This record gives sequence, structure tokens and C-alpha cells, in this order.
Amino acid sequence: MDNKASIKDLYSSFFRIGLFTFGGGLAMLPMLEKELVDKHGWCEEEEIMNYYAVGQCTPGIIAVNVATFVGFKHGGVTGAIASTLGIISPSLIIITLIATFLRNYATYPLVQKALKGLGAGVCAIIIPSIIKMAKSSITVWYLGLLSVMAFVIAEFTDIPIFTIVIFGILAGILIGLWRSKHDLS
Amino acid sequence: MIYLRLFFEFFKTGLFAIGGGLATIPFLTEIGQKTGWYTMAELTNMIAVSESTPGPMGINMATYVGYTVGGPLGALVATIGEVTPCVIIILLISSMIYRYKDSFYVSNALSGIRACSLGLIAYAFLSVFTSSVIYLDRYRETGDIASAFDIRTIGIFLFILVISRFYKKSHPVIWIALSAVLGMVIFSI
Repeated sequence: MDNKASIKDLYSSFFRIGLFTFGGGLAMLPMLEKELVDKHGWCEEEEIMNYYAVGQCTPGIIAVNVATFVGFKHGGVTGAIASTLGIISPSLIIITLIATFLRNYATYPLVQKALKGLGAGVCAIIIPSIIKMAKSSITVWYLGLLSVMAFVIAEFTDIPIFTIVIFGILAGILIGLWRSKHDLS
Repeated sequence: MIYLRLFFEFFKTGLFAIGGGLATIPFLTEIGQKTGWYTMAELTNMIAVSESTPGPMGINMATYVGYTVGGPLGALVATIGEVTPCVIIILLISSMIYRYKDSFYVSNALSGIRACSLGLIAYAFLSVFTSSVIYLDRYRETGDIASAFDIRTIGIFLFILVISRFYKKSHPVIWIALSAVLGMVIFSI
């Protein structure tokens, strides 16, 4: 286990991440970086990439995968449970309130307007996160080539994401074998 | 016992839906059809709310469906049911990764995964970008390229992009809140 974090810190950090995520896994990246990498130093840039990829090919919700990974690393099984409870708590509170008082919430014009703004603004803050991740994970040119290939396959074919990630695992191992054979470490 | 059934149905969803929140939608549809707990129109509204409220979309959907079926306790039971398989699986995977992370195969597999993951993130980004900053679907519908560009969303995008570079240390929460406010103001003019 790495440096331990308190259960309270894990819970409150993931509570904040849950509270400010709109939509799916991608929108969470800037919050994850700020809370986990910059603020608490609980993980490195490239670990977030690992979690994201593993989340794409394991069952369940990506946010929960990340919470479990980070919580376990810094607080064992209790930490994993605290982080997961942290990320689901805002949803439980907000959805319960909306379902009770504002059933037509999604149709309010002001909500629609806020969402349009959010969509555009979140896109803007994702870009620096992606650039940082690219810098930390593309250390040699053939890994860059692998990224481009994954992008092209996902964008232009119907091959499932799961298959692409398996392909990435095999490619990573083959590259490693090739490098050690040619002694390029 | 409806709570037990609710837990079980969402446990199954959490176990078999691979790839995040969107992947759970077919399962939720099936639960509704099988049990009659909610209609498809209700589910559509629940999905719309889940997309537009804070919190990961997959969690929001489980919470809302659970609430519809069994009130606040139903919301809790459904959500816990959905995340339980995921937590167990990730605990197993991460204990393996930490045990073997320095091994040749695991470390190389991870560097391959990361490279792939970057490509997949770029792919996901492109699809978000072409539906929330420029509207590719409008162009596809109308064939008119001008309809894809809305000066208001492009303006918010560029403004946040530039200003967040000037205040690099700021918490993303500030930019998220600011873009919501900008959206409410600009689209009301």
C-alpha cells in the first residue's frame, strides 16, 4: 500500500468529483487530475490513464472503477468503499431531491441553456488534461503510433472498445519483447 | 420483497454492462419491460435527467430508477447493487496489478493500455466536441454546413479555453460553474 490517506479525505474528494461531473467518464478528467494528482498526490497522470482503460473493458461505471482503484491503493478495502460511497453520494442526494420536487427538471429552458454552456466549457477544460496525459504516456514514438491506431480503429470501424484494449495489451507486450531483444531499455 | 429484487436486478446490470454509464441503458430498458416497474417514456425522462444533473450518468440512472421503484431506500439499494460487482472486480484487478506491477509483462501491458487509452480518449473527445461545440448532427440532417456552427457555443468554448490557461492553478469547479452561468446568460439573450 502506498502513502495512506484518511477515509474522510477519500470520501470528500470523491464526493466533490461526483458533484462536478456532468455526463460520462470523459467529463470527469479535469476534476480527477485536480483532486487526485495536483491536490493530494494520490496518483500520477499515467495511472489515471490505466484506470480509464481498465474501466472501458470491465463491467460497471468508470467513475466507480477509478474510485475503487484509488481508494484501495491509499486505504485498502475500507478506502475503496469510502471512495465509492463518496462518488455516489451526490447522485443519491440530488436525484432524490429532483425526483421528489422537480419531475420536469430536464425540460426547463434554463436547465437546457446551462447544459449547452456546460457542454462547451467542459470540452475546453478537457483539452489540457488530454495533452498532459499524452505527454506522460507517449514516451517513445511507437506508443504514439499505437494511440493513433486505437483512435482510427475506434473512429472508423465497428470494432468494440474491449477488443481495442486487448489489442493494446498485446501490442504493449510485443513492443516490450522487441525492445528487450534489441536491448533498448 | 421488492428491495431484494431491485438489488439483484441492478447487481446484474453492474456485472454485465461493460464500458460505462451508456452501456447500462439496454439493461434498464429490459428491467422495465420485464417487471413493469416503469414505462419506456418514464425511462426516457430518467435518462434525460441523469444526463443533465451532476454526478456520473450511470450512477444517476441507477439512483433515479431505484427511487421510482422504491423511494429513497430503493434509490440506495439500486445504486449499491449496481456498484458492488464493479468494486469487487476492481479490488481483484488492483491487488493483482500492485503485486505484479514491476513484472515485465504487466508493466509493458500497462504501457500499451495507456497508449490505447489515449487514442480512445481522443475518440470520445471528438464525439463530445462534435455534439456540444460544433453540431455535426445538424449538418448531417440539413446538409447546410453553416447550421453546424453556433457562435454562442464556440464563443463559450474559446473563452473558457483561453481564460483557464491564464489561471492554470484554479480548480476546474470554477470553469464548470462559469460555463453553466455563461450558457444561461448567452442563450437567454
